[in-house]
Amino acid sequence: MQIYLPIAEISVNAFLLLGLGGMVGILSGMFGVGGGFLMTPLLFFIGIPPAVAVATEANQIVASSFSGVLAHLRRKTVDLKMGTVLLIGGLIGAFLGIQLFNFLKSIGQVDLLVRLSYVVFLSIIGSLMFVESLRAIMRSKRSGGAPPRRRKHTWIHALPFKMKFRTSGLYISVIPPVLVGISVGVLAAIMGVGGGFIMVPAMIYLLGMPTKVVVGTSLFQIIFVTAFTTLAHATTNYTVDIALALLLMLGGVIGAQIGTRIGLKLKAEQLRILLALMVLGVVAKLALDLLLMPAELYSLGGGGE
Amino acid sequence: MMTIPPRLRPLPFPLLLSGALLFLFALQVAPLRAQDERVVAGLSQNRITISTGFDGSEILVFGAVRRESPPPADSPLQVIISVSGPAQPVTVRRKEKRLGIWVNTDAVEIGSAPSFYAVASSAPFGEALSEAEDLRYRVSIPRAIGSIEVPDEVSDPASFTEALIRIRSRSGLYQTNPGTVHLSEETLFETSVELPSNLTEGDYRIRIFLTRNGRVIDAYETSIAVRKVGLERFLYSLAHERPLLYGLMSLAIAIIAGWGASAAFRLIKS
Repeated sequence: MQIYLPIAEISVNAFLLLGLGGMVGILSGMFGVGGGFLMTPLLFFIGIPPAVAVATEANQIVASSFSGVLAHLRRKTVDLKMGTVLLIGGLIGAFLGIQLFNFLKSIGQVDLLVRLSYVVFLSIIGSLMFVESLRAIMRSKRSGGAPPRRRKHTWIHALPFKMKFRTSGLYISVIPPVLVGISVGVLAAIMGVGGGFIMVPAMIYLLGMPTKVVVGTSLFQIIFVTAFTTLAHATTNYTVDIALALLLMLGGVIGAQIGTRIGLKLKAEQLRILLALMVLGVVAKLALDLLLMPAELYSLGGGGE
Repeated sequence: MMTIPPRLRPLPFPLLLSGALLFLFALQVAPLRAQDERVVAGLSQNRITISTGFDGSEILVFGAVRRESPPPADSPLQVIISVSGPAQPVTVRRKEKRLGIWVNTDAVEIGSAPSFYAVASSAPFGEALSEAEDLRYRVSIPRAIGSIEVPDEVSDPASFTEALIRIRSRSGLYQTNPGTVHLSEETLFETSVELPSNLTEGDYRIRIFLTRNGRVIDAYETSIAVRKVGLERFLYSLAHERPLLYGLMSLAIAIIAGWGASAAFRLIKS
């Protein structure tokens, strides 16, 4: 069934979009990522103009993360307090990131710098996570049960402004979560992604939050970030395609529900190793894009960009 | 509108022609009157509507050659028909290998390029129209693309125009269809132009040229309106005229969809 999209000005197959939405929704519910980094290139591929793809994708993520958060809320796996702290940091970071991006743009070669840092950054996160979760799985197999959870007492615990995060079972200073929020916000603004798959590892490893709580909490703050992005795109570029968003959402919200259920059935370390594999997959794709000679060296963009 | 030559009056769509074009038209056509061969043309439709189910369209351009005296025997008559969509500025970027990595380096700004352009002819294009006439009437695709802004560091601006044509041809937006205008008895002609599903709204300009020996002996121009209708029209207008309302509506739909799926799954489970 072909549908003409009013803003993208292209006719597409409705079932294809439902399927794409569903697939990305599953990942979103499982890992607490928005899925924009996966969906946006797929939309480019089927011919949606890039500006419309990015803006509409943000709108769709609002729906799938909201669906995912509701599922997590019922299971009490959302740390609202931590989510709010991260969100505040994220908004500050996004603001700083936009300034930094404009500065980099003024000195040129921002494209190269962004892509390189993206690949380097993600491959480090991906491999560290992969190794760590692989070890955790081996350890639990050997001892035949979950290892005793030992919390290391590091410099993080010596910082002031301590706060109780009941759902995460943490009593730490608000400084690390705010800093994590800010740095993810900066990266997200520079790289043009929601930042879910940077936020999730940071919450697990830097803040020491339990994996199950991380997913719901990440989704919680993604709702606000993407809602803000949607409004910004709709009012400045008029690039949100509501028809496209609706089709992706229908698939996405169902996928998010299924993904959440799959995620809850898996063990924490299995979830982490799958996420690590996904991050590594994305890095591999990005690296190949940079290293292999593209089939078409030229690309078209709207005027005045 | 006083400049309209009398011979244009009985044509089917003269109202759509702009005054300025008509003036140029009269200038160009005037010295060719001696040839006495003129186009009388029509379209299968004068409006294309884009509704939710739009999946490409086709326009049929047909017509006849009116003449007072028998056609000259020395050279065959050729017909060229071009359809062009609204022009837009385009940026063409090129990737280059820097430090072992492929990145966008040079960019060329093309002031105005038609969003759609199809040119059909009754013979191979070079045979039907001379280079000089192409330059004058801007008929072929490279000529129809407007001026380009070339930064100092770009030494080969032509390759950027070529890339634009190559990329748009691949998605059916630019078409060169030699031999697809069917001409019978040097009098009746017809062709159909395929419009792809990724069509931009606007007025599409249709030009018909009669040529002999590669020279244009008569030209005719009309236009066809491509418009969104119904829901497509409503959403498009809302997005551009009330962007904040539109954005909030998009968010509301997202929240409802998210909540709906969550509620539905809870019902299924219980």
